[in-house]
Amino acid sequence: MTNHYPALIVVLPLLFAFVVSGVAWVKKSLCFPLTIVGMGLSAGLSVCLLGRVATTGLVEYRMGGWETPWGIGYHVDYLNALVVTVVTVLAFINLIATRKNVVEETPEKAGAFYSLYLLFIVGLTGIVLTGDLFNLYVLLEVASLTSYALIGMGNGRAPMSALNYLFVGTVGGCFYLLGVGYLYIMTGSLNMVDVATLLPQMYHSSAVVMAFIFCLVGVGIKMAFFPLHMWLPNAYGFAPTAVGSLIAPLMTKVMVYVLIRLILTVFSVDFAFVILKMGDPMVWLSSLAIVAGAVFALAQKNLKRMFCYIIVSEIGYMMGGAWLGNNTGMTGAILHIFNDAIMTLCLFLCAGSIYYRVRGLELDRLKGLFSKMPVTMACLVAGALSIIGVPPTCGFFSKWYLISGGLEAGQYGFVAALLFSSLVNVVLFFRVIEISYYGDFEDHHGHGSSGEAVMEAPASMLVPLLIVSIGLIVVGLYTGGIVNHLINPLLLKQGFLG
Amino acid sequence: MSDLVVTLLGKYNYWLCVILMMIGLYAMIAKNNLIKKLVGMNIFQTSIILFYVSIGCKKGATISILEHGAGHHGVDPTHYINPLPHVLMLTAIVVSVSTFGVALALAIKVYRKHKTLEEDEILMQLRSE
Repeated sequence: MTNHYPALIVVLPLLFAFVVSGVAWVKKSLCFPLTIVGMGLSAGLSVCLLGRVATTGLVEYRMGGWETPWGIGYHVDYLNALVVTVVTVLAFINLIATRKNVVEETPEKAGAFYSLYLLFIVGLTGIVLTGDLFNLYVLLEVASLTSYALIGMGNGRAPMSALNYLFVGTVGGCFYLLGVGYLYIMTGSLNMVDVATLLPQMYHSSAVVMAFIFCLVGVGIKMAFFPLHMWLPNAYGFAPTAVGSLIAPLMTKVMVYVLIRLILTVFSVDFAFVILKMGDPMVWLSSLAIVAGAVFALAQKNLKRMFCYIIVSEIGYMMGGAWLGNNTGMTGAILHIFNDAIMTLCLFLCAGSIYYRVRGLELDRLKGLFSKMPVTMACLVAGALSIIGVPPTCGFFSKWYLISGGLEAGQYGFVAALLFSSLVNVVLFFRVIEISYYGDFEDHHGHGSSGEAVMEAPASMLVPLLIVSIGLIVVGLYTGGIVNHLINPLLLKQGFLG
Repeated sequence: MSDLVVTLLGKYNYWLCVILMMIGLYAMIAKNNLIKKLVGMNIFQTSIILFYVSIGCKKGATISILEHGAGHHGVDPTHYINPLPHVLMLTAIVVSVSTFGVALALAIKVYRKHKTLEEDEILMQLRSE
């Protein structure tokens, strides 16, 4: 049983997705508890898997017992285990926190919503755990398709944004598939470790270079890397609350994981940095992404859309860190995947509870919320401090690694972009805090909240939100442990440049 | 010149895929109607499926089914086409069909709200909101 952890993490949500969609025909109220069970099992097993990987270093799993170059193998090392734990645990917390939002925004659709929710997790955990390039494509499309459907469940502009996301996302997936095709032509293998052992003789072949570029563009589209980010703000901004806070923290981070996996395991560090010399241009592009995301965020008048542009900027942090080409930068990038997922979840959950009470997220409607919803706003401040990078929140530590990595590599443009974006984040969040702390509360009638006074969000939302906010600080304090026990051994094993 | 012709014609399967891909991409970018864009997207996906199918082929080889078992001499791989890319594409076809299904469902939702599928009209409606 314990040997099957990697497979169970992916398969259990899949089974529960079918059960939930079946049960929805009989009794709708059972959907939520069943989803909790499925998600909870998957999260628990991920934590166990992380514990095992932390002691043994590597867990291998062969699907159906087929040996790896022929069958599909799961190759779980420190990086997979860390990311899969983040994905499942955060999805579990989000599931509990957004229950009331789901009941309100997509009534009568609980069965469809929760089965899609579980299928999305199947896609993400599969992407993270798999050791097979084509399997990764299929699960990538599973995650993308479910996210299109989930976003499309919203009202108003949501279906149109989902359709635009679908067009762009499909092109991204196809580019990745094309890159895998090139690799398959050259090596005749689809297993990541196997491809990595076959590739070194062909590093100078233009087909391998094109394979890398196709994969890079494909993954770049899916992660909304500037200038391929155009779909993100609308898709995440107009999605139903529960969907926004599920997809925004997880999808883009998992795509950054895929890129790091491709660099570290498949194409190898030597190929990406020494032969292709892609480091410099990619770091400059990331710096541009950071600055552009920050500037666009300044122009937003809606809290959720502002968060969306902050994500675009944060993707720049992670891509830049990964492409700095030194140990510190890569550590920062991996740490930031972990931290940014928690920070983004915290911010989107705050937006969710505010929306639940205020029925709007325009900045001028936040007036006086500090007196009405003190706990939610305190959590928003915690998330904001982490995004800005104030110690002891976790955002500070990953930004510290990124900045020192940038200085080490002599990429002063990247360092400047990081500092600029931190300053812009200060402005952004202090504007929000100023409005909500000093502004006088105005009751907006006629927006569906008539008669109901604005007050603190219900406990079912507050408790998960508090857990996430405390998590920000706890993770910050344990950064040393994460770096020493999980990230350093990983980079050492991959033979990362000194 | 003759070298160029040989290079172009020798890899005609790749050229056909590139042309199909560009047709699809053009339709996705230039067309105004959402359904036409969807068809363009499907052409784009199909071109990659055909690319994969064509890389499994070998000259003078047959489908990879052994009629009388492998025998003592084993199997000569040059006599059989590579079935793996074809099998992979079964999955890719499923992905492409389900993407098309989700996209059509979303298009219906868009149509119900805006009463049109022309993108410029939808954008005008959104701006006037």
